[in-house]
Amino acid sequence: MHGLSFDIAHMLAGALVLVSFMMLYQVRLYALLNVLALHALVLSLSVAWQAHIQGSPHLYVTAAIALGFKAVLVPWALRRMVFRMGVHREIETVVSVGLTMLAGMALVALSLEVMLPVTAKADPIAREDIALALSVVLIGLLMMVTRRNAVSQVVGFMSLENGINLAATGARGMPLVVEISIAFSILIAFIVIGIFLFRIRERFDTVDVGALDKFRGGQR
Amino acid sequence: MSFVFSIDPLLGVLAIPLVAAAVLALLPSYRLSAGLNMAASLGALLCALMLLAGRPVPGQYLFVDDLNVVFIILNAFVGFTTSVFSASYIAHELEIGRLTPWHLRFYHAMYQIMLFGMSLALVANNIGLMWVAVELATLTTVLMVGIYRTAEALEAAWKYFILGSVGIALALFGTILVYLAALPVIGEGLDAMVWTTLVSHAASLDPSLLNIAFIFLLLGYGTKVGLAPLHAWLPDAHSEGPTPISAVLSGLLLNVALYALLRFKMLIAANPGSLAPGSLMIGMGLLSLIFAAFMLYRRRDIKRLFAYSSIEHMGIIVFAFGMAGPLGNFAGLLHMAMHSLTKSAIFFAVGHVVQVKGTQRMADIGGLTISHPVLGWSLVTGAAAIGGMPPFGVFTSEFLVASTTFARAPMLAVLFVFGLLLAFGALLMRVNDLAFGPVKGAVGPVRASYLPMFAHLLLVLIAGIWLPPPLVAWFQHVAVQLG
Repeated sequence: MHGLSFDIAHMLAGALVLVSFMMLYQVRLYALLNVLALHALVLSLSVAWQAHIQGSPHLYVTAAIALGFKAVLVPWALRRMVFRMGVHREIETVVSVGLTMLAGMALVALSLEVMLPVTAKADPIAREDIALALSVVLIGLLMMVTRRNAVSQVVGFMSLENGINLAATGARGMPLVVEISIAFSILIAFIVIGIFLFRIRERFDTVDVGALDKFRGGQR
Repeated sequence: MSFVFSIDPLLGVLAIPLVAAAVLALLPSYRLSAGLNMAASLGALLCALMLLAGRPVPGQYLFVDDLNVVFIILNAFVGFTTSVFSASYIAHELEIGRLTPWHLRFYHAMYQIMLFGMSLALVANNIGLMWVAVELATLTTVLMVGIYRTAEALEAAWKYFILGSVGIALALFGTILVYLAALPVIGEGLDAMVWTTLVSHAASLDPSLLNIAFIFLLLGYGTKVGLAPLHAWLPDAHSEGPTPISAVLSGLLLNVALYALLRFKMLIAANPGSLAPGSLMIGMGLLSLIFAAFMLYRRRDIKRLFAYSSIEHMGIIVFAFGMAGPLGNFAGLLHMAMHSLTKSAIFFAVGHVVQVKGTQRMADIGGLTISHPVLGWSLVTGAAAIGGMPPFGVFTSEFLVASTTFARAPMLAVLFVFGLLLAFGALLMRVNDLAFGPVKGAVGPVRASYLPMFAHLLLVLIAGIWLPPPLVAWFQHVAVQLG
């Protein structure tokens, strides 16, 4: 373990978890999108650092994708969408923010508790990364569960994907196939989501997923 | 190792749908594209059958072994028969204006991409590639489910998309953990994701890491399989999309996700230090079976009825693999094949029924055997087969599961048989109302393509009476590997 490079990797991964927490207490959509951009930025830094210390230049591509696509393009597109569609700017939560934060902390504790003992034999950088990545994934899931608004569910999903990216880059020498595919799948996923959001708008005049439930018409 | 796709049939299975998708996206005429859709699916089927004659050498990305060869062929076969059914189904949808020619171009292209994704998942020798392929197949089906653009269809697609992506994300996390477990043993790079290499080194992988990985994979791919606590997307996706898609979803996509899970189970089975996945799988399987069996009683929508029946059968299959042992695994594999054939045949029948009657509400459908004898009796036959009546193949596999369970864990067997009977009762009640009694709803003529339906039911019947020895040998070989 080389002191400084490990510390920086650890710090960046930890920062990603912190930004995930920041997402949990946002009450406005625009602010949430800013935090999403920050999340992707931290991820991109973390991936670039991994590329540097692992000496694997292909990871820079992943970092660049995270920076260009996820930190700039997607938040910008979502912002325009929110503006164009005149969605409610406030985020409706299912559970109160305080409880969500507590649940988030419990999830981080859980993932550290689960992952650290198991990966005792693994490379220390990978070990920390995986544990923190799992926290990011779980917080992303938590966010998707506790938000009613379709846009913030999408944000939750993207932060979840960021966590997986962190895990993938932390695992030394993981083949590029997977990284490209992740970026690519996010692209596809985004297009899909985009189409759906527009269609939802056409039909319901809202992006509140709760409104969808009305159409279920009881038991069928 | 070099990057070789040395082999023609395998390439054919993958390349034909891909090329066809590109062409179909450009073709404006729907008659032509429906024909081409069938031709491409037939081509892929022929290539898949050629795999029986000679198997390519396993590469770093693709391979064919005893387990996947059966499912590749099954996949191509159901893909082909569904394309035949789809041609007649689509013609009707176009007539009543539910779909436009533009939609159809999209539909046909997506259909082929979906087949490509599923075949790729089946032949992938690389766990990363397999994940990508399952994701691709999922995304295309999401788009297809939403194609009618009604409020319900959009809701179904959204739900499917969100739950599916969460599942698939968890599966990727599991895949990364498997790579991490392989890292110290196999070394960096591509080799550590090649399934055949992983299995040959399985005994020396870190068991505790594999355990955690398997839990993520079980939850992740299990969402796609539609296991009970994670099944919420399945009934909606089946009932709101076009019926050919329901047939392929139930018949193929659930199988493909389960196949991915089986690959990892083989890995776990080859590692002595890791947990026995049995109890987890038995629990989820039994829960799915009994839960779905109860839910069958409350259904009012015919496509949702059979969607819940798919959850039930996936539960049976996962239960069988959880019981494990040569007999349990054999029964699970057989049941996967039988369910796939039977359920898609049922959806073919249901698709035509819904088109004739113009509704999916079961209360508005009745007396099918009187008004449309061929269709009605096909539905009855299909339901009898899926319910596990004796001459059919589903009975064979269910009987095997039940007998191996009785021999080893009688209490579980009681629960299992209880679930089966419960589901059978529900199907009997529902199908009785649909097929017999006074005629309800429209009685217009039906322009159905019966051939796919008959072919499937005939195969299930034959399998119930006589299983081809090579198939038995393959399944037995795989069953041992599955532990």
